Amino acid sequence: MTTRIVELRQGILKKNDELARVLREKFRSAGVLVLNLVSSPGTGKTAFLERTLRDLRGRGSRVAALVGDLETDNDARRLAASGAPVRQINTHGICHLDAEMIERHLTGWEIGTGQQVSESASKQLVLLSDLDYLFIENVGNLVCPSSYDLGEKIRVALLSVTEGEDKPLKYPTLFNSADAAVITKIDIAEAVEFDRELALRNINEIRPGIRVFETSAKTGAGMAEWLGYLQEQRSSSF
Amino acid sequence: MHELSIISSVVDTVTESAAAYPGARVVEVRLRVGALASVVVDSLEFCWGIAIAGTSIEDAKLVVHTLPVVVWCDGCQKASELEGVQSFRCPQCGELTIDLRQGRELEIEAIEIDEMDEAGETEQAGKMKESEGPR
Repeated sequence: MTTRIVELRQGILKKNDELARVLREKFRSAGVLVLNLVSSPGTGKTAFLERTLRDLRGRGSRVAALVGDLETDNDARRLAASGAPVRQINTHGICHLDAEMIERHLTGWEIGTGQQVSESASKQLVLLSDLDYLFIENVGNLVCPSSYDLGEKIRVALLSVTEGEDKPLKYPTLFNSADAAVITKIDIAEAVEFDRELALRNINEIRPGIRVFETSAKTGAGMAEWLGYLQEQRSSSF
Repeated sequence: MHELSIISSVVDTVTESAAAYPGARVVEVRLRVGALASVVVDSLEFCWGIAIAGTSIEDAKLVVHTLPVVVWCDGCQKASELEGVQSFRCPQCGELTIDLRQGRELEIEAIEIDEMDEAGETEQAGKMKESEGPR
């Protein structure tokens, strides 16, 4: 009997990564800026996204969203109220979105097909190439989503003022892989004794130089800066 | 929480790769996992036993090599290992750096297989003998 070592040197998530590359290319050629929003449950991703969709539409941008949850289409319904086309992805227990789920839920949003979208927006025809921005709201989880590339251009890590300033230190894998960070619910920062300096320092320690937006979906604080960033990113990408 | 799905893809890849060596037995599977890969090594090992049960590689042992984060410092012109993942500073000069050279790996490095010396023939002969024996 002979023992032999067979070198594989293969990424475990190779299939996901390859599909994500295909999606990224598709998004690029369609000219749509894709963002992947990741946070804990309860950070306020949906409220933040609701506000973002509404404000972007108010500025004349064409936007759409895919929203991931374990169960229910509550978030999709909330987001659809903004008037933007929205699709719910139910993962049924899976703690993250992967590239295959994105591809599957984009069916009908392909370039040039112009088929119908979700029930919540059934009257709209959506072409990826007609969009300026596509937001993907990940499943509320700070660990697992960071392993899965969805083909996004920008990964956004969100953190609310109620969560503790050391969250970036506790979940460095996500914050280190993020392209932008958003602090939510700053309207109640004082009431919960949020230590802003400490939070900013911790974020910077894990992801030096990252852009941080301090926002409130309720009052609209920080939204102008955030929208400016999105427009900047879009014009520098295409 | 996603370790089982990660391990399941490992099992799929290994069984596919091992199919190129008919009659061989996979004895070890070696993974490389970076400190920033967001997987828990204990959970990988726990899931391994579940995932290989009833497959063609059910005797294989899982070996996980964990890799520390390595950052590049422009000032020092030097790559250095970080002790933890709480701060991304060059250990030499203390400057923050975003230039990651290692730490996100999540890959199958190699598999160790036992092959019969005279390829399939020896093993087939052995099997025939076994099946004839008890009857």
